[in-house]
Amino acid sequence: MTEKKRQIIVFLIFAAAALSAPFFLKDSYLITVLIFVGINTILAIGLNLLLGYAGQISLGHAAFFGLGAYISGILTTRFPLDPFLVMILAAFCAGALAFVIGFPILKLKGHYLAMATLGFGIIMYIVFNETVSVTGGPSGLSGIPYLSVGPLVFDNDWNNYYLVWISTLAVMLLAINLTQSRIGRALRAIHDSEVAARVMGVNARILKVQIFTVSAVISAFAGSLYAHVVTFIAPASFGFHFSVELLTMVVVGGLGSIYGSFLGAAILTMLPEFLRVFHDLDIIVYGLMLILMTMFMPGGLVSGIQMVTQYIAARKAKRKDEHAQA
Amino acid sequence: MDNFQQLIQYVLSGLSNGAIYALIGFGFAIIYNATGIINFAQGEFVMLGGMLTIFFLTVFHLPLVPAVLLAVMISTIVGVVFERLAIRPLRNAKPLRLIIITIGASILIRGIAMLVWGKDTHALPAFSSNEPILIAGATMLPQHLWIFGVTVLIIIISRIFFNYTMMGKAMRACAYNAQAAGLVGISVKSMTLISFVISAAIGSMAGIIIAPLTMTSYDVGIMLGLKGFCAVIIGGMSTGFGTVLGGLVLGLLEALGAGFISASYKDAIAFIILLLILFFRPEGLFSKKETERF
Amino acid sequence: MSRNVFRMILVLCFSFLMAGAVFAAPPVKIGALFSVSGPASFLGEPERNTAVMMVDEINKAGGIKGRKLELVVYDTQGDATKAVQAANKLIKDDKVVAIIGPSTTGDSMAVIPVVERAGIPMISCAAGIKITEPVNKWVFKTAQNDVLAVMKIYRHLQQQKIDKVAILTVSDGFGSSGREQLRLQAKEFDIKIISDETYGPKDTDMTVQLTKIRGNEAQAIICWGTNPGPAIVARNARQLGIKTPIYMSHGVSSKKFIELAGDGAEGIILPSGKVIVADQLPDSDPQKKNLMNYVRKYQERYKVEGDHFGGHAWDAIMLLKNAMEKGGFSPAAIRDQLEKTKKFSGIGGTFSFSPDDHAGLTSDAFVLVQVVNGDWKLIK
Repeated sequence: MTEKKRQIIVFLIFAAAALSAPFFLKDSYLITVLIFVGINTILAIGLNLLLGYAGQISLGHAAFFGLGAYISGILTTRFPLDPFLVMILAAFCAGALAFVIGFPILKLKGHYLAMATLGFGIIMYIVFNETVSVTGGPSGLSGIPYLSVGPLVFDNDWNNYYLVWISTLAVMLLAINLTQSRIGRALRAIHDSEVAARVMGVNARILKVQIFTVSAVISAFAGSLYAHVVTFIAPASFGFHFSVELLTMVVVGGLGSIYGSFLGAAILTMLPEFLRVFHDLDIIVYGLMLILMTMFMPGGLVSGIQMVTQYIAARKAKRKDEHAQA
Repeated sequence: MDNFQQLIQYVLSGLSNGAIYALIGFGFAIIYNATGIINFAQGEFVMLGGMLTIFFLTVFHLPLVPAVLLAVMISTIVGVVFERLAIRPLRNAKPLRLIIITIGASILIRGIAMLVWGKDTHALPAFSSNEPILIAGATMLPQHLWIFGVTVLIIIISRIFFNYTMMGKAMRACAYNAQAAGLVGISVKSMTLISFVISAAIGSMAGIIIAPLTMTSYDVGIMLGLKGFCAVIIGGMSTGFGTVLGGLVLGLLEALGAGFISASYKDAIAFIILLLILFFRPEGLFSKKETERF
Repeated sequence: MSRNVFRMILVLCFSFLMAGAVFAAPPVKIGALFSVSGPASFLGEPERNTAVMMVDEINKAGGIKGRKLELVVYDTQGDATKAVQAANKLIKDDKVVAIIGPSTTGDSMAVIPVVERAGIPMISCAAGIKITEPVNKWVFKTAQNDVLAVMKIYRHLQQQKIDKVAILTVSDGFGSSGREQLRLQAKEFDIKIISDETYGPKDTDMTVQLTKIRGNEAQAIICWGTNPGPAIVARNARQLGIKTPIYMSHGVSSKKFIELAGDGAEGIILPSGKVIVADQLPDSDPQKKNLMNYVRKYQERYKVEGDHFGGHAWDAIMLLKNAMEKGGFSPAAIRDQLEKTKKFSGIGGTFSFSPDDHAGLTSDAFVLVQVVNGDWKLIK
């Protein structure tokens, strides 16, 4: 019970911080960055559910992100449809696609799963790129309308910030609940040992497909948001490169940690800000980060922070002991 | 120009590209069979081979042969360093971490190559003449013969190595059962290292002989690596004839698909084949051996 | 001893401060968005180099109205998300008065809503016609439209009495925009496109597409792409023994193309900005002086040949300079003055903007060149 209470408090603090941030930032450029941090957080959580909780890798998640963005973008620019309705439709389509390909793909393991999802991602990228009459092809699709609720139009940074962050918090809440549920425990069981989980009566196959579907739906939702916030989309944002960036976010932040996803998304999104000084170096920093994190901090930054706090706590306790002895 | 001649040209083009894919795929298979790792950085060895050769040719004005030898040597050293620093410490890690680390390495190598050599594309001069050869109305270049030749040579050498030398046999033993191999006194560690050495050498060699045709730049490794991987999956991860057939089949299907259906979806064809094989026949088209993929 | 040193430093610091307070009004900040890395780096790198070089030059000559310029360059990596992020940073953080770039049509389209909202003039260095059509109050561009390049080729084909062509375009932003124009204008010029093939930007062999084209009765092949693709096409065409004339786009008008394509480049015709044949232009050409100057200075500073992509940045900076000299440093004033620009001779052509034309070039911005003996030759 206390554990649950603690979690509620942590979430509330996080939500309060996220929602009050614009008041401190005023008209700063950081608001724009934080909008993208929000979108990337949603994506990272989506991937983390699959990668961190169920232990299934995907190198093609940018495809679902793109699918959401393109369905929203294409339908709202061509037809007078309600963007929110289209959003639901986009999420549904992505989910349906994930469900269908989930069965054969998730049968595969490890390296083979990685290659299959990668292949899927590239095929989707080619589709975005080559169906010029539908998607606008490589030079992109522009003129996507802003979202609006009644008289409120989400056409400036301040509005978009709240649009994105309320969505992000909702997704976080959903993910936290999901991982605390029976499903979450079953997922972790699969992660640790699929055979053992099966023996204990977990239907691993269905469960993996389900979580793959949920993950795709979340990614597509982020894609729809992205399309309406930026109002322009091009295939280059949904390629293999971005799938790897997403993977990096999850790994850097912490596999299997919702707040870790935020941390990873924030760092990777803000990285270019720090690296602008060095210009071409960011590709190297990416690579190094992936290598060093997997080698020395496989639990991501979140585990690093835990390690540090535990270490400090242990030191304190030890000192107290010494004090008492003296 | 009649249709038959056109078809012959497609087939010839397809086979030439297929040989390239096969050669690159070979490197994947060697590491996979020795360690169970799919090395996502394999394409970067291909890039290193080509770029290093051009570097030695243009900056140090070396003749072709020493430039090639040096390029292969340095790529191999990169392979060794990579294995020592990143793979060996994680020997017993889950596939997930190994995948991520090889992806990280590929990004890193590419990034360093970009910093050192810039972003320009370079062309290597052809090894022999540049005059097209006519075969039944279709044409190919002497460089294609080099590619076919090197591919055949590498298959023969690897056949001999894996079947008739102690080291090769030891590597095969590791592939079947690393623990048992360890028990009979084979050093699994050094076999892993050797697999990286061979694979980096073959990869860079592939990069060198294709550079006069395809040109090379810091980022050629991604797509070529992926195609090589498709080839090796079709061939069933074998270090022998299967992969060569896999590469040739892939090259042929791509060329025919581009010729008769649409060139826009040429790359999609390769990956759809990859998915279909993974879904329905993960042991590959030409392999009877049961492999652990489920 | 040490006290003396300390004193000296103090005096020095003080005098610098004084000097600064007296002489320097704060520099005027200009933002730049170029795809310095990523697949479109062949555009972004020369553009950045040129912009940096030009700003240094202007500052050395005393700046504009006594104020120095400061150039803030961000890399978009050819990714719309990064471009939007960087544009916001330029506007809100760096408080720039104008933006030059982005390098690609996609990035430009993504950034347009941002500059429009903020009311900051932008001079794109990308070629896509969508950027300035319909005209957006705040958006200008310096790169020649693909429309003009296609027109130049088709006109030449008409003179040669060629009416059946095959097109082979790359499937990225540059190629797809070219393909659209090639198809659109074909009717106007009575030209039939009998074969419409594409290839991927990372493809390494185009013999299949060319074989297909060889099999039909095309009288000319038009290939639209940027290095290295077209160089491979040229080599493959030579391998296949194709004798039909080959036309390419302004995307390959740099020495690099000839170097990569080798013997295959011989005889290829393409529309290009005048920069690569600057020395062959008649002295009466109003652009000649600037072109020669640019080529020489770029060569001196970067030890490589300047190309017309860098020229887009040259034009953008000089257009801005003119506008600032006339109208001052507020974004709105710069915009108004930009729109009034008439007969400005730059690298890409002679610009005349108006309220309904923010691209400002006519088809004489391009010349046709042919590769002869491994070098460019102006076709009169």
